[in-house]
Amino acid sequence: MKTKRIISVMCASLLAISAFTGCAKTATSSKEDENTIKLGLNFELSGAVAQYGQACVDGIKMAVDEVNADGGVLGKKIKLVSKDNSSKQEEAVSVATTLATKDNVIAILGPATSGATKATIPISNKYSIPVISGSATADDVTFSNGKLNPFIYRICFNDSFQGQVMGSFAANELKLKNAVILSDNSMDYSKGLADVFSTTYKKLGGTIVATENFSSKNSDFSSVLTKIKSQKFDVIYLPAYYEEVGRMIKQARAMGINQPILGADGYDDTRINEVVGNNSYLNNVYFTNHYSKEDTSDTVVNFIKNFKAKNKNKTPNAFNALGYDLAKFVVDAIKRAGTADKASLNKALGDTKQFDGVTGSFSVDEKHNPVKSTVIIKLVDGVQKFDKKFTP
Amino acid sequence: MDLLIQQLINGISAGSIYAIVALGYTMVYGIIKLINFAHGDVLMVGAFTGLYCVNTLKMPIILAIIASMLVCAVLGAIVEKLAYKPLRTAPRIALLITAIGVSFLIEYLMMYFFGSGAQAYKETELTSGSALHIGNIFVTRFTIYVILSTMIIMILLQLIVKKTKLGKAMRAVSSDKDAAQLMGINVDKTISFTFMLGSALAAIAGVMYGAQFSVQPLMGMQLGLKAFIAAVFGGIGNIPGAMLGGYLLGIIESLGGQYISTTYVDVFAYVILIIVLLVRPFGILGKDTREKV
Repeated sequence: MKTKRIISVMCASLLAISAFTGCAKTATSSKEDENTIKLGLNFELSGAVAQYGQACVDGIKMAVDEVNADGGVLGKKIKLVSKDNSSKQEEAVSVATTLATKDNVIAILGPATSGATKATIPISNKYSIPVISGSATADDVTFSNGKLNPFIYRICFNDSFQGQVMGSFAANELKLKNAVILSDNSMDYSKGLADVFSTTYKKLGGTIVATENFSSKNSDFSSVLTKIKSQKFDVIYLPAYYEEVGRMIKQARAMGINQPILGADGYDDTRINEVVGNNSYLNNVYFTNHYSKEDTSDTVVNFIKNFKAKNKNKTPNAFNALGYDLAKFVVDAIKRAGTADKASLNKALGDTKQFDGVTGSFSVDEKHNPVKSTVIIKLVDGVQKFDKKFTP
Repeated sequence: MDLLIQQLINGISAGSIYAIVALGYTMVYGIIKLINFAHGDVLMVGAFTGLYCVNTLKMPIILAIIASMLVCAVLGAIVEKLAYKPLRTAPRIALLITAIGVSFLIEYLMMYFFGSGAQAYKETELTSGSALHIGNIFVTRFTIYVILSTMIIMILLQLIVKKTKLGKAMRAVSSDKDAAQLMGINVDKTISFTFMLGSALAAIAGVMYGAQFSVQPLMGMQLGLKAFIAAVFGGIGNIPGAMLGGYLLGIIESLGGQYISTTYVDVFAYVILIIVLLVRPFGILGKDTREKV
């Protein structure tokens, strides 16, 4: 009986204490709110494309640390509220909703992929909250069905531009006139790029010898490679992500398919070397990318130096660079908006002129796309070399 | 003609892997009527073990296969003991859902420890290029090893099942668990052995597949599904059926890609499954045994 009473007293006091600590906490956090500007991160930190999400977040964190070290923006520090969408579109939607309603952030950065970004469009409209992606390249992210998505922005070029650049590079620079397209038609990214490449290439006098499909879920591509090997062609366009590209290149080169292989920004990951496992296969490979590590401008050199210092001497890839620019781009807009609220931020984002970032200097056009240049990277024994720069 | 032969070789090579994996599904189904959805993930663990042995420990691939067979056999036995054994008398649906749970558990644990990215085996003498060109036909040496070792494995498995005491016990438990127990057969031990055998086979497939292509935590999903289709195609519970199903599926996929369309390669597998289920629900070599009510 006595023990029971002691226990109940203890429980009651515990409850009381926890209630007090609860109060104390809310008090500090509301005070914190006055001195900080909260930005939400909705990224792929686990699941199939976690490497892209994580790379963006690493870049964002570095940029925000720099901004905070310089005294923040509008006299306030920036606080990041980071949540994982597990590389799933439905999770991206629920993360965006939580960030907009519970965490009261003024803007959401991410997701990294086009599909997940598109899934958050309704949320951005419902809560009038700006959603800015660093790397969603699909054409219909910011502008779909003939109308602008008023709260969606991106800071990377779109797939049409990437595909066009590669199409004209193949036809005019490499002067190769017979191409085979290998794409995964269950993937928006791959299909979109393949279509634009094909249109541009044909316009410039090239011939598409064959268009074949593969599924990136499979690993054994010998059947489709056998099929194209039996045909005459000079170049392969293979728009996909580095994992399946790596497997495809490995098998193609082992089979004796030595024609140039062209691709897009999904190739930019040094892990492609791990997947291929043999650097001599990674020759004669070209891809469009957001920035080149060999750029000698001060912005890029400083960025690479600082990034390496912070990340165990790892060379930043395009997703790191885009993440960094993404955070700086939003901070720049907050500064110009003068107040940290969603509506003025949204207006300032749309009004951006000549923002100077690591991935180039750009303005935002009426379709919320940045007008910026792209570079073509060439792989020489698995090492990225700058080849050419294209400006729109 | 060359093209046809080349695609047949591609198909047999892919089919070999399906066949070995399908054997694991079929044996487990035969003995406890469970579709072990975690089987593809055991294969993935085997592929990762092989990767570690070859890349970090610098073992030759043969030793890597043996090491990963041991690891997977132990893993298979543990999964059976912890997840399936307590549910042996539970309704079959509970077992099935547990299997899916185990599958996710293994996948995401591996992702947590090794990251979600793909990795490849370092090329060794055995796996590297030096391919044979006969006219226009191209075969890597490793493909030949894969095809030959699959055949040897299948013969060995037949010997184990037909000629050894454990094999006899497996067949007895599979045809009637209670009667087998009354005859003095240790049912628990036999079931454990079946899981270990199936998992060791999955490990072989995992290393052979990983060494040819690449390894990542979700690789078992698609491969496991295809192998499951192969097992149903051949007649689930029937060992020669699983082999036949595996080879046929591999060949149909590669010929379908060549002569029909590469867009629908994955569709072929599912279309076959549906047709088989409609026409011969018990598979090509399966026996038409009605469910006892």
